[in-house]
Amino acid sequence: MPEKRHVRIGYVPLTDSLPLVVARELGFFSDEGIEVDLQRETSWATLRDRVMVGQLDCAQMLAPMLLSASLGLCGIRKQMVTAWSLGLNGNAITVSQNLFKGLATLADEHTPLGAVRALKVVIESRRRNAQPQLVLAIVFPFSCQAYLLRHWLSVGGIDPDKDVKIVVLPPSQMVEHLRLGNIDGCCVGEPWNSVAALTGVGHCIVSGYEIWQNAPEKVLGMSAEWVAHHPQTLNGLLRALHRAGRYVDENRNEAVNMLTEGHYIELPAELVNVSLNGRLMGGLSGNKPFPADHFHVFSRYQANFPWRSHAAVLLGQMQRWGSLQGDNLGPIAAQCYRTDLYRSAMSGMTSMPVEDVKQEGVHPNPWSLPGNPESVEMGSDLMIGGNIYLP
Amino acid sequence: MLLALSRYESIWSAGVQPEHELSTADLSQDTQSKDKVPRVMLVDDQPARAAILERALTDAGYLVIARLPSAAGLLAQVGQLNPDVIIVDMDSPDRDTLEHMALLQRDLPRPVVMFAGSEDEETMARAIHAGVSAYVVDGLQPSRVKAIVNVAITRFREYQALRDELEKTRCQLADRRVIEKAKGVLMGRRQLTEEQAYQMLRRTAMDRGQRLVEVAKNLITFSDLLEGQ
Repeated sequence: MPEKRHVRIGYVPLTDSLPLVVARELGFFSDEGIEVDLQRETSWATLRDRVMVGQLDCAQMLAPMLLSASLGLCGIRKQMVTAWSLGLNGNAITVSQNLFKGLATLADEHTPLGAVRALKVVIESRRRNAQPQLVLAIVFPFSCQAYLLRHWLSVGGIDPDKDVKIVVLPPSQMVEHLRLGNIDGCCVGEPWNSVAALTGVGHCIVSGYEIWQNAPEKVLGMSAEWVAHHPQTLNGLLRALHRAGRYVDENRNEAVNMLTEGHYIELPAELVNVSLNGRLMGGLSGNKPFPADHFHVFSRYQANFPWRSHAAVLLGQMQRWGSLQGDNLGPIAAQCYRTDLYRSAMSGMTSMPVEDVKQEGVHPNPWSLPGNPESVEMGSDLMIGGNIYLP
Repeated sequence: MLLALSRYESIWSAGVQPEHELSTADLSQDTQSKDKVPRVMLVDDQPARAAILERALTDAGYLVIARLPSAAGLLAQVGQLNPDVIIVDMDSPDRDTLEHMALLQRDLPRPVVMFAGSEDEETMARAIHAGVSAYVVDGLQPSRVKAIVNVAITRFREYQALRDELEKTRCQLADRRVIEKAKGVLMGRRQLTEEQAYQMLRRTAMDRGQRLVEVAKNLITFSDLLEGQ
């Protein structure tokens, strides 16, 4: 029996809110004896603060934001945990039409590497001509978007702290600022890349998958204190989300209708389902489709397992970009990524990996891991620039 | 959320070290800043609430240097106006921009450091519940920060109570209009007096265990359907 029958979950309207919406709309939460209120938030900071003071029970969180809150890197320090990843991938880099034309002309090859090399040429030319720096937007200082963008830039020899100006904007304002010319590009989650592309405002040049294949993104985050008082409620939520994730992977259009018709997001379904169906076109050639199974993974490839190696890579990024000192990051990953809670909730429901960590950046193709009761299928995990993480 | 915008401390930041070393001139300015009247900037998309808060803060002896509907252009404003405290509506979509700004030294000479202590945590929780978030310059006396945030909490709560009251009144007025219309329908169709029509609605509501306004709404819908035929 859940300790709490009425649970408030915060979310920011995005394509990766789908599992939460589906679990509510199809009654998966109700089946667990839990009524869920999905509370829309306009800023990640407010969503985080509301979870910290208990105004929200839990929320769809940016994985690095959960880590930074636990470390007290911004605002108040409070131990936050996750036992559930809401999916993999879902981000992309979109640039203004002007910048796109420049990159497409300058690029030696139409690849993510070619694109960033061309970007470096643009940056150097602007510097020589005393033009202002390019402005690139992310959604939050501690976000996968920040690290995907920074990593991609650095692979092209661009210093994200010196060669460009990085600003933070809410996802829903990205397209408008791109249209107004306030920013030259952004790294943002779906559907905002699709919205920019379909309205002709911007051009999606690189998907998150092309920077880190099957990268972590949102997690269901909550305080350690909340989990301690509501273990059964958490189990119920995770069981419902497990069913929802499977449903979304198989029934993308139906899931999108729930998101749009239920007014969880104020956009038409035709815009939201573009990348979910592999119809988002982009790249430097301008007409490369981004495959659906690269853009969003909600359940398969152990998408919901809170890999401590994901946490470790993200902590490594925080360290790399100067937000975090010290090198004993293992215990932090373990405190925040509660694989034990995932295991107890999913026991008997699905096969799960034996280990809590995996190698990152070494598998170019799907592979399999020893699991319990059966081995589990994993997705590719290469990183651009050949970076690897070995536990 | 209480964050302190520190002028001189760089416990950590987005990998950027302070561009200039701490000088004694800076230090003396810091000492002064503890005694001067804090300069407050308000970011709120509800002008009425911001105006109420501005008056309250001014009355309490603080200096409100700017009132902005949104954080657009905030970087420039903060640079020019040098606020000690920024009060932001929790529902402002610009909070993430502010959080980032607080971490950057390149755009802002004053990085943000955490402003926390058990006492402040309690203030923070009350602030969040009232819908207030605040960014605070480090070096300001904690008691002063608390006083300013408390004024904001009180005013935000009062404003919310006013709005709730207004909403309630609006609903009551709308209900009354629906009931009047339903009475009119009954009077016309059944040749009842106004009092008889009202009693009939009331009895139906009691029999069905419904609110009077629900019965009235149903009756109007039903009569519209009949008219349509």
